[in-house]
Amino acid sequence: MKTDIVLAGVGGQGILSIANVIGLAALKENLYLKQAEVHGMSQRGGDVQSNLRISDTPISSDLIPFGGADLIVSLEPMEALRYLPYLSETGWIVTNTNPFVNIPNYPEMEKVMTELAKVDNLVAFDMDKVAKEIGSPRSSNMVLLGAASPFLGLPKEIIEEGISGFFASKGEKITDLNLKSFEAGRIEAEKFIKGKAFNV
Amino acid sequence: MNNDKTKRLLLGDEAFALGAINAGLSGAYAYPGTPSTEILEFIQMDPLAKQRKIHSAWSTNEKTAMEEALGMSFCGKRATVSMKHVGMNVAADPFINSAMTGANGGLLVVAADDPSMHSSQNEQDSRFYADFAMIPTLEPSDQQEAYDMAKYGFELSEKAGIPVLVRFVTRLSHSRADVEVDKNPMPENSLHYPARTDQWVLMPAMSRKRNVSLINDFAKLQEDSEASPFNFYQEGKDSSLGIIVSGIAHNYLKEIYPEGIPYPVVKISQYPLPVKLISKLMDTCDSVLILEEGQPFIEKKIRGELDKNLLPIYGKLTGEVKRDGELTPDLVKSALLKIKGEECGLKEKDLKAASEIVTPRPPALCQGCGHRDVFQALNEVLEEYESPKVFGDIGCYTLGFLAPFNAIDTCVDMGASITMAKGAADAGQNPSVAVIGDSTFTHSGMTGLLDAVNENSPMTVIITDNLTTGMTGGQDSQGTGKLEDICLGIGVDPKHCRTIASHPNNIADMKKLFKEEIDYPGLSVIVSRRECIQTARRKAKQK
Repeated sequence: MKTDIVLAGVGGQGILSIANVIGLAALKENLYLKQAEVHGMSQRGGDVQSNLRISDTPISSDLIPFGGADLIVSLEPMEALRYLPYLSETGWIVTNTNPFVNIPNYPEMEKVMTELAKVDNLVAFDMDKVAKEIGSPRSSNMVLLGAASPFLGLPKEIIEEGISGFFASKGEKITDLNLKSFEAGRIEAEKFIKGKAFNV
Repeated sequence: MNNDKTKRLLLGDEAFALGAINAGLSGAYAYPGTPSTEILEFIQMDPLAKQRKIHSAWSTNEKTAMEEALGMSFCGKRATVSMKHVGMNVAADPFINSAMTGANGGLLVVAADDPSMHSSQNEQDSRFYADFAMIPTLEPSDQQEAYDMAKYGFELSEKAGIPVLVRFVTRLSHSRADVEVDKNPMPENSLHYPARTDQWVLMPAMSRKRNVSLINDFAKLQEDSEASPFNFYQEGKDSSLGIIVSGIAHNYLKEIYPEGIPYPVVKISQYPLPVKLISKLMDTCDSVLILEEGQPFIEKKIRGELDKNLLPIYGKLTGEVKRDGELTPDLVKSALLKIKGEECGLKEKDLKAASEIVTPRPPALCQGCGHRDVFQALNEVLEEYESPKVFGDIGCYTLGFLAPFNAIDTCVDMGASITMAKGAADAGQNPSVAVIGDSTFTHSGMTGLLDAVNENSPMTVIITDNLTTGMTGGQDSQGTGKLEDICLGIGVDPKHCRTIASHPNNIADMKKLFKEEIDYPGLSVIVSRRECIQTARRKAKQK
């Protein structure tokens, strides 16, 4: 197996936590992994992305080539669109639809949704809303991870172990809320996937 | 994987840090700078490093860090000093001269270059420094080499009796991968002193002697490179083109040829250049492509200035490889397509078009950041003057250049706000204002302030103190709790060394104080203070 993922969002939203959980899971599965992160200036509310590659054979490049990503996973709808040239022909976009508006010229939301709808393989819903309904507004990133989980090529239980490991120091209650958020995201995503084939 | 090894998920920076700890490191020195910061941060958190009490406190700047590491090496212990590429400019004096003194305990100088300038002001390539200092360089191509090169580098440094430069680039520093690491760390060196002590005193008579031995020793470093496990020649079936590839660029070449590279390759991760390996390639192939991350260092060496080579050489100087920015697998592919067409076995892919509605999202100062209050108050005060100039510096507050503040006119190098404001005041500029952060002030601002004190230059320095080194993620700042004392100690007039709190509720008072000091026709220093919102939040969480 080999899964190439572009993780996208706005600095401070928490995409690195998603990357870390997937990393823990991949290591448990004894897979190879490379994950290029962004640190420094752009973390201050700018656009951020991380290239995450997992494979059962050694990985050469830390960066994903154009047209090579199996998945774009984004915490923000316009940020999902920023990386379209990286998406492979059969790739999927999994994105939050709740915009993070911190610039004066953010495009009209209708246009963003129209652009997203042009993508054949799309999982898009308001993940902040799902997280709020669970009573854990800060775990929308785990809702996103849940929604992306069917595409990762990793067993569900192993990702859940990764979540438990990542949040272990924060106590049982926070771990449970994050696991619930993950499950809710996964269930919501299944509605989009139904009847569509995808390669993992 | 044998029984002495275990696997860990590590950033390139962290892999090197752990490699150094496991190879008997005794002291790590650094000033924070993207993308090098995580090296020292890892050592500060590592249980064995804590247990062994390995030195890991931040230094005031890269020069002090380099000299402290050299002092540890003099005493026979293994030391690292790490910095971002522009930190090499600050540490250049001790770095170049450390080639003259040599090293006793293994000494590794890590420079993390930032091609594409993700978080920097230029794309300088640290290999040039090592070249003219005659210091060997290691350039890891992946996280495993980053780990392995720490031990290898210490041994090379001790065997050759010279510091070794380890060159990182952003994509390796900040990329995570699984790394095989040792379960059984080596012991530290014990105190022992250099056999030859005269070369540590760089008086002309000693230096002249040492210079000759440095030049003579270079041939040995060359032989080490030819035999290095990190440099190799790899056969290829099509000798119409040979490829010389260094560091991380090797991964991109392997990426675009998953079934194997059809051309002969020389892979380089240790310098001086392995000229025998390169000659073999040049003798075998009809033309040569050079792939390297950063500036065309290898290419310039091989091409020479006259550019009358026997073979066509392709690279950044001839345009097949993009000259600026970092390399990517796509740029490596496009270079091969330009040279060989589809004969190279690669094809352009049809890509999804970029969406036209996507707009840039530049970084911005956080909501709740005290720098915002400083810029707001300063802008409102300066509206009254005809042509005020504000000299900025390096840190989060450089973002004050962008909308909505548009508050600074310059940003050059660490500490330049104060000295440029002084030069401007010398030229007759009024008002001349410097805006500098607390950590940048102690890094390189203090020395320039003495110039302004000695001439009582008519200028205003605003130290916007957030009690941390903010841009790099909140490392301890050397001046915390001492800024006013430092300024008074340097000789700033106590009547014009003033402190105020940066806060949205305090804008009126800030404006009054700023105006009073800007109108004073001599040197003033204002410390405007509020804890960084990021570190304040992190501390609140930990409670």
